Amino acid sequence: MSDGIVNIEVDGKPVEARKGQMIMEVTDEIGIYIPRFCYHKKLSIAANCRMCLVEVEKAPKPMPACATPVGEGMKVFTRSPAAISAQKAVMEFLLINHPLDCPICDQGGECELQDLALGYGRDVSRYNERKRVVKDKDLGPLVSTDMTRCIHCTRCVRFSQEIQGLQELGTIGRAEDMKISMYIEKSVDHELSANIIDICPVGALNNKPYRYSARAWEMEQRQTVSPHDCVGSNMYVHVLRGTIKRVVPRENEEINETWLSDRDRFGYEGIYSDDRLLSPRVKQDGAWEDIGWDEALKILAENLEGAGADKTGILSSPGATLEESHLLARLADHLGTANIDYRIRQRDFSDQDNDPVFPWLGSTIAELEASDAILVIGSNLRKEVPIIAHRVRKAALAGSKVSFVNNDAFEYHFPVEENIHDGGLVKQLAGIAVAAAGKKKLPKPVGALVKGVKPRDSQRRIADSLAGAKHAQILLGLIAGRHQASSALRALVAAISELTGAKFGVLSEGSNSAGASLAGVQPHRGSGGHKRKAAGLHAGEMLDASLDAVLLYGLEPDYDICCTDDAVKKLAGQKFVAALTSYNSDALQDAADLLLPIGTFAESAGTFVNCEGRWQSFNGVANLPGEARPGWKVLRVLGNLLDAENFDYQTSEEVRDELRDLLGDIQPDNRYAGKKALGKVNGADDPDARIDIPIYRTDAIVRRARALQLTPEAQRSAYEGG
Amino acid sequence: MNRLQHNLACFNTFGADESWSLKTYEKHDGYKAWRKILAGEMSPQEVIEEVKASGLRGRGGAGFPTGLKWSFMPRDVPGQKYLVCNSDESEPGTCHDREVLRHNPHCLIEGMAIAAYAMGATVAYNYIRGEFIDEPVPRFEAALEEAYAAGLLGNNIRKSGIDFDLYTFIGAGAYICGEETGLLESLEGKQGKPRFKPPFPANFGLYGLPTTVNNTQSLGCVPAIIRNGAKWFADLGPEGSGGTAQFSVSGHVEKPGNFELPMGIPFKDLLHLCGGVLGGRRLKAVIPGGSSVKILPAEIIMDCTMDYDSLQKAGSSFGTGAVIVMDETTCMVRVLRRIARFYMAESCGQCTPCREGTGWLYRMLTRITAGQGQEDDLDKLLDVANKIEGHTICALGDAAAWPVQSFLQHYHHEFAYMIRNHGRSIVDESAEAAA
Repeated sequence: MSDGIVNIEVDGKPVEARKGQMIMEVTDEIGIYIPRFCYHKKLSIAANCRMCLVEVEKAPKPMPACATPVGEGMKVFTRSPAAISAQKAVMEFLLINHPLDCPICDQGGECELQDLALGYGRDVSRYNERKRVVKDKDLGPLVSTDMTRCIHCTRCVRFSQEIQGLQELGTIGRAEDMKISMYIEKSVDHELSANIIDICPVGALNNKPYRYSARAWEMEQRQTVSPHDCVGSNMYVHVLRGTIKRVVPRENEEINETWLSDRDRFGYEGIYSDDRLLSPRVKQDGAWEDIGWDEALKILAENLEGAGADKTGILSSPGATLEESHLLARLADHLGTANIDYRIRQRDFSDQDNDPVFPWLGSTIAELEASDAILVIGSNLRKEVPIIAHRVRKAALAGSKVSFVNNDAFEYHFPVEENIHDGGLVKQLAGIAVAAAGKKKLPKPVGALVKGVKPRDSQRRIADSLAGAKHAQILLGLIAGRHQASSALRALVAAISELTGAKFGVLSEGSNSAGASLAGVQPHRGSGGHKRKAAGLHAGEMLDASLDAVLLYGLEPDYDICCTDDAVKKLAGQKFVAALTSYNSDALQDAADLLLPIGTFAESAGTFVNCEGRWQSFNGVANLPGEARPGWKVLRVLGNLLDAENFDYQTSEEVRDELRDLLGDIQPDNRYAGKKALGKVNGADDPDARIDIPIYRTDAIVRRARALQLTPEAQRSAYEGG
Repeated sequence: MNRLQHNLACFNTFGADESWSLKTYEKHDGYKAWRKILAGEMSPQEVIEEVKASGLRGRGGAGFPTGLKWSFMPRDVPGQKYLVCNSDESEPGTCHDREVLRHNPHCLIEGMAIAAYAMGATVAYNYIRGEFIDEPVPRFEAALEEAYAAGLLGNNIRKSGIDFDLYTFIGAGAYICGEETGLLESLEGKQGKPRFKPPFPANFGLYGLPTTVNNTQSLGCVPAIIRNGAKWFADLGPEGSGGTAQFSVSGHVEKPGNFELPMGIPFKDLLHLCGGVLGGRRLKAVIPGGSSVKILPAEIIMDCTMDYDSLQKAGSSFGTGAVIVMDETTCMVRVLRRIARFYMAESCGQCTPCREGTGWLYRMLTRITAGQGQEDDLDKLLDVANKIEGHTICALGDAAAWPVQSFLQHYHHEFAYMIRNHGRSIVDESAEAAA
């Protein structure tokens, strides 16, 4: 017997198991199913449902498989008469007070209790007494409750304690009166809270927006990828006759594990908002009028051809797919302009020549968990990237020293070593850099930034924690990316990373900043990060220039553009503005002269490259509304009208593969290549700058997701004018 | 040996003036054992061996050998260890721990000090039932103050190098907090929901640290054992049931009360001590160890001696020593319904069979007493009880099942009679016949 391995027997078959494993883990691995309700592989063991009772040789009574550790020579019987009888007994108890209202329950057809009752329940109930009725809870706009159906497995309670770190649910009362409850009546507000819908084995906690709108068996399950952050959580959408009814997580241990953020789960509602653009429209003498596609594309092509090459500008969204980005970059090349940019939320472009080939996390999402020191700079981490925040939380719980440097004291539900939120990001980082350098000299680019800086104790502690760690990680967040002095922040982080050996990672806007960079939707870089001979106008400069033709792709100028003020007004002042957009908003009507309806992520095929550099392709999963067309197809036809060469793509895969071949083998690298000294930041390091974008305002789809907009989180940011 | 010697261990100060005071306790050789240990005359191992040899078994109901339990503590592993006294006395019929707390709290304090020393614990808690707030708690607290003032507790006690601090914790009145891991959860400030075992408290107890939980009476016996020797204690009772036990006799007897008597006293003698059955009526049945243990009909219990082995052989168990006596006028269906109601109310609610099954039992019994019983109800009652037994995290499920099983075993005809006669009890019938 080798160390750590024990030999057991399951249903007569010899099995090798690891010491300390529970019976359930072993049987799951070898494909023997033991019925369960309270057990969940991501949660602590409760052993309270008793459904997994099995017979163990020499044990005087049936043992719960989820909580019984294996031992050498143990003989387990999962289907013996004693085991089956214990399991059936528990099932009978579970059902006596369950309402059995499956015909009107949304969980019907995908209910763990219903499924197991088929195997372990009786045909007719022996229970003739009064059944329990439990009053429902109002958990807010996302989760509906039918508490009479609850079987008290406490998965939701353990989820809120262990995964969220913010206990929103608990049990009150004893015996039959035990209830899942809030201590004080309130909604579930954590950014991962709606996962309780998935982990609830019965219909007690359900999807509120989805309520009563479809049955599980009439929908089709299709794969897709979340468009709301740089993580690219894997999801399934459930589609009824071409309409998305709900979204559930698609398990991927490398990315989102079994979880989904509320934004990813309920964002889809924004696809069905009333202000979808249904037809191409043109502004004629100040009035909008629907026109056909042929006419619309003709107007667009004529204006683009008629504009001077350096008088043409393309502003795209970091949420545009890789294919759309590639076609936009190709069109810009064809038109002879380098005025193309996706960095519409960036404010500081001064050091763009030293940009890495694409904004990269510096490691994989899963690796973050193994970091023993993490420094997060300029990020409202939980709201920006809930799934990464969860990984950081796991690291912190495992003993990693996690510190934050921010403009605001955000709330974290895990142990935080240092939480600095005063004095400006550049100033704080300079202190950490000086502390990290010790007697060494800091590199030239940050020379002016650290001049005369004396580190404070907290800054020293952060530098020490990074230097002393085996796998240290620095994350530069979205707030840092939008910062007036983001170049200085990046150079300082690069210096700290170099000095402490910490990995340097960047969180990026939208779902596809990495893809847009690779495709060359930038004025200074072509595809694959190749330097352009002459840089065009960047996003910040474009709107201040006077242009003949501006193409807006998948963005809303009033919300998505941070690189300049008064974007709508400035756009309205341009000669011709066309917007390829899914929505028909007031601001777009003010800003543009031509609107072309394109599909959202759900309605067209595409690829997102996430912050790890992982390419994730997906198909269109829902029907397009009205006359809307997939964006890549519109760009493809536009290319034909403009007589661009080799623009005869038949599928989005062709577009993607063309870019992939073009890129060859590109390795991400976050090392800072700059040699020149950066100037002082002066007023740009405003500690009071409020450049956070609230979690439910990040993109056009989320801003229209009804249920999310009803959450206290969204209401709060609406009041605060975020 | 005089089989009717009273008050040899925990009740040794009873009858004296201010039996709860330090002065009185010391007059009765109190703290002699502790002082002996403080003087360095006994090693922890010797204490454990002595308690093992005394045959002392846990008086909380399960009867696990106390010395053996102590030896499970990882004594030599560094780090904090805890001793916890379970004074959450709530088994129906049981009220002798209350008397220890009220009338002889020092024997518990001394016992806890010795036990903690033996197991290398420097901190102990006495978890006292919430309902004891009126008299037992203040008495215990006052005794604790006295003991501290006399320099018998604290840090480096009498320069012995021994540390021992003892704190009182008051529960909130839940029966389930008498289950040792439910108690630990409650002590940690959580809901009193028993933990799944293993791990046992000796490895993962209070705040995850090695902990031993003992009953009040078990700990209260320790000073007498150390003072008088293991042999003295073991010889008080029969083989396998050393020492004295406190019997709380309630129900249909002339003089109910608490009695500390040597183990193994014949039930007949105990009944005699209590003045016999109330009103000279006929004995019908006895629950010998608190409501959780199985009921024994008169003809069986009259031949039993009150100790672990004898009662087990008779089909019940010693339990907490709470003897509930029922005479011929007692309706067994109604008694069982009352007992079932208790377990329904006191189930913690976490595991399915107990949460759902206890209510089912109670509702069926209620229906039967209301005259709505059906023929198949009795089989169903037994079946439900069997399905609760052995299927739960803690023993409360078993405790709810055993009364049902034993009542039906011995008094099936009474249940059947009531169902047949729409709620009329067999007892009412005989009462009317007598009239």
